[in-house]
Amino acid sequence: MATASTGRVVGPLHGAWLRVEGHWAWYRRYWLSTLYSTGLQPVLFLAAMGLGFGSQVRAGPATGGVSYLAYVAPALLVAGSTQLAVGESSYPVLSGFKWQKDYLAVTATPVSPGQVLGGHLIWSTIRLTLAGLVYALVALLFGAWQNAGALVVVLVGTLTGLACGALFTALAARTFDEGQRFGLLFRFVLIPMTLFSGTFFPITQIPAVLRWLAWLSPLWHGTELARGATLGGRGGLAVLGHLAYLAALVLIGWGLAHRAFYRRLVT
Amino acid sequence: MTTARPGLVLRIAPVGMYHGRAGALIERALIVYGRSWVVLVSGALEPLLYLLAFQIGFGKLVSTVAGPDGRPMSYVAFVAPALLASSAMNGAVFETYNMFFKLRYAKHYEAVLATPVGPMDVALGEIGWAMLRGGLYTVAFMAVTGAMGLLTSWWALLLLPVALLVSFAFSAISIALVSFLRSTSQLDYIQLVLMPMFLFSTTFFPITVYPAALQWVVRCFPLYHGIELMRGLAGGFFSWSMAGNLAYLLALAAFGVWASTRRIAKLLLT
Repeated sequence: MATASTGRVVGPLHGAWLRVEGHWAWYRRYWLSTLYSTGLQPVLFLAAMGLGFGSQVRAGPATGGVSYLAYVAPALLVAGSTQLAVGESSYPVLSGFKWQKDYLAVTATPVSPGQVLGGHLIWSTIRLTLAGLVYALVALLFGAWQNAGALVVVLVGTLTGLACGALFTALAARTFDEGQRFGLLFRFVLIPMTLFSGTFFPITQIPAVLRWLAWLSPLWHGTELARGATLGGRGGLAVLGHLAYLAALVLIGWGLAHRAFYRRLVT
Repeated sequence: MTTARPGLVLRIAPVGMYHGRAGALIERALIVYGRSWVVLVSGALEPLLYLLAFQIGFGKLVSTVAGPDGRPMSYVAFVAPALLASSAMNGAVFETYNMFFKLRYAKHYEAVLATPVGPMDVALGEIGWAMLRGGLYTVAFMAVTGAMGLLTSWWALLLLPVALLVSFAFSAISIALVSFLRSTSQLDYIQLVLMPMFLFSTTFFPITVYPAALQWVVRCFPLYHGIELMRGLAGGFFSWSMAGNLAYLLALAAFGVWASTRRIAKLLLT
């Protein structure tokens, strides 16, 4: 793919796309070592919690009347997406600024900081969708899907992942130490979020005083959308509300990250 | 000058792998973590979050499961000892992430071995620190589960030494294994081993859920033996198979010390 320099400045979208090509070139060589975080982790959870733990659960009002496997499958896709997105947007982004410094190298060319960020977000979208599709296929073999709504669940997973990923990217761009805060955030935000966002059990089981925490969680909004897509039972207005919340988070994260990228790479 | 003599002898005649200075590594870890104690202490809260999730969430979906003696027991009491064993394992294995960076990037052990400290001191020191850290988490967890009334037998006091043994065995084995890793992206392999073990070692559901052939695969996991032992002690169920569980963990620990010492010596002294 080596081409001679044209001397022309690339357009805004093309610049971001060049970053995607860069990520792809890396991924093509190392996809195997990231197989665990890309596809395997949610599948393992589906086997352990959906099949194993689910074998002990009787379908009832708590699971919306369906088997536990069908109840938990869409939620696990969204939770896996969130994990992957946050993983991709924490240390790797900090490394772009601080350790490997590839962001510095790239912005020494006519590619702008905004395009570096755009490339990262486009690449995250592709990765998340790919991981979601892999999971959806395996879950299909498990017999976990009720209908073709599973394809919508993949898109919901991408959106939810992107919402969390964009926020984390903004945070990583504002991190100047060795990233100790990521470890604490994983432990005190990401894990509680995964446990208490309705992934494994309805949030109505959380005491009312703490339930508002689940409403804040992007994962809960994604989980509601995903369950609505396969199991139904969600009103149009609620769906719009969840979508709007997630879209707003993507935009806020993107905006904050955009400012932080320019501040850190230009001045 | 007489006090300098033993050091001199050890420096010029390194006869053995062990020089009785493993404590120096633990001392170093205490100084390092003294500056970032938040990270250390916050590790104790993680299993408590899981426990809360099981109390208010999972435990409502499944109220009872078949216990070690076949009779039904409360689901939360079934899971609590398994979470304890898993956190002892996780605490020990995550410490080896630090070890990887010290080994490959910081050249920490080159510096250590240039002093009168041998490879076995390094292995025992790192294991000892992992056990201290694991022990801290165990005590916190036992206090909470005890207060929740999930430990129904005085034998549960023995959970602490068993948790230390689990930390010891996993720490020793993972030091040996982490010495084979070469790049940061290979750290994903640790998760690749750890996560299935955490999910499938009868942590969340009894072994009878599996088909017979898979039950034997699960019985090969070291964590399964830790969980069996702890579940038996927490509820006061005893059987001869627990002697087998204990023997498995002891053998793993002994093999781990031998293998990690050998690997450190091979990597750094040849």
